[in-house]
Amino acid sequence: MDYLLQIIGPLLTGTVVTLKVFFATLVLSLPLGLLLAMVRISQCRVASGIVNGYIWLMRGTPLMLQLLFIYFALPFVPVIGIRLPSFPAAIVAFVLNYAAYFAEIFRGGIQSIDRSQYEAAKVLGLNYGQTMRRIVLPQVIKRILPPVSNETITLVKDTSLIYVLAMNDLLRTANGMVNRDFSTMPFLVAAVFYLAMTLVLTIVFQRTEKRYAVYDD
Amino acid sequence: MMTEGAMTDKAMIAARDIHKRFGALEVLKGISLEVKKGDVIAVIGSSGSGKSTFLRCLNHLETIDRGSIEIESETLVSTGGDGVCRYAPDAAVQCICRKMGMVFQQFNLFPHLTVMQNLIEAPIVVKKMKREVILPKAEALLRKVGLLEKRDSYPSRLSGGQKQRVAIARALAMEPDILLFDEPTSALDPELTGEVLRTIRQLAEERMTMLVVTHEMAFAREVSTQTIFMDEGEIVEARAPAELFAHPEHQRTRAFLEHML
Repeated sequence: MDYLLQIIGPLLTGTVVTLKVFFATLVLSLPLGLLLAMVRISQCRVASGIVNGYIWLMRGTPLMLQLLFIYFALPFVPVIGIRLPSFPAAIVAFVLNYAAYFAEIFRGGIQSIDRSQYEAAKVLGLNYGQTMRRIVLPQVIKRILPPVSNETITLVKDTSLIYVLAMNDLLRTANGMVNRDFSTMPFLVAAVFYLAMTLVLTIVFQRTEKRYAVYDD
Repeated sequence: MMTEGAMTDKAMIAARDIHKRFGALEVLKGISLEVKKGDVIAVIGSSGSGKSTFLRCLNHLETIDRGSIEIESETLVSTGGDGVCRYAPDAAVQCICRKMGMVFQQFNLFPHLTVMQNLIEAPIVVKKMKREVILPKAEALLRKVGLLEKRDSYPSRLSGGQKQRVAIARALAMEPDILLFDEPTSALDPELTGEVLRTIRQLAEERMTMLVVTHEMAFAREVSTQTIFMDEGEIVEARAPAELFAHPEHQRTRAFLEHML
């Protein structure tokens, strides 16, 4: 019991790092993903193609490789080469990666809205922006909640990859303790913490889904 | 200032020589039509005759390949001597098309909005009307179509007939000068068509200018001021309904009417 009280403080500190990466990624990658999806479905073939290639690149290479690249290799890239501290480097990598996945989720959602909705909006005088904002996207949100909740829960656990940048998140902190104290207790506590975080997310998404259930398509 | 009398004679819609093709298929082969204020034009014809496409060309849901369309003397599209079809600039097109409301076969209500929200969305977003200004108007429209008690329901909770009446009220909320109906009762069970037709009939009595593509022959005969029979992308006959139904001039019209009645 004493040991538990002793490790819980540092593990909570690690959890704060985990949560920071989680929230920063979520807040930035969702809008970026939406933007990418809009470009992807736009009439401009060149821009759409570039986004398509970007998504392929981000989904086609390991997130850990992207983390390592941005932290260790980016400084040596000509012209755009900059040296980022570990936290910003982690956020950049996570945002770029998750935006690609969210973009595909948004694209699927937007394309699932029937053409007749656009026509109804058009004959009422709404322009493209108004149609998207007021008619299409609100309906898209309802449809993409399940896949977005999946990605979001995956993100909680993916944050543990930042250990490769020597950042002390929840898992790396726990792992350090296990090696130091020859006890597996920190792993168990870390597991409980992860479960608590994903439980909160599950509840939040279930409530949101229920709120959107007031109407049927 | 134009007087009401002068307005009556002005064409609300003047469509000339409309041609439209989808790939190799020519769906409109030179349609011309003039609609005056207060006219109720019923457009009849078999499926694939091009009547819905014609309607959709009028409010720019489809673009035409040749011909011209004027809405209340404003040119939506015209074809020059070089045979090239030119549309007005986007902003003008939007402005011109706003004079027309449209009711679809499949209702196309916004499922994420309540009945009332469906009505007030466009007036608020497009016309920048204040909520307190549009709300009483929308309530009056819902009362008119007999659905005020459904104001806070979502469309999925309504019957087909109720949905279509909401769609009509939604179109009217934008205060259009012309209403276009694209087979408004074709998606409804037979016992529900009556309530929708009654609503359209009521609008006709109020001298609303309307163009109604329909398969309801009785409705066309009783309500329209002019009935147009279309076949294979052409207007075969355009006459007062009493004459057209009693004495169809063309063999194609006769064959169609015999089949329908």
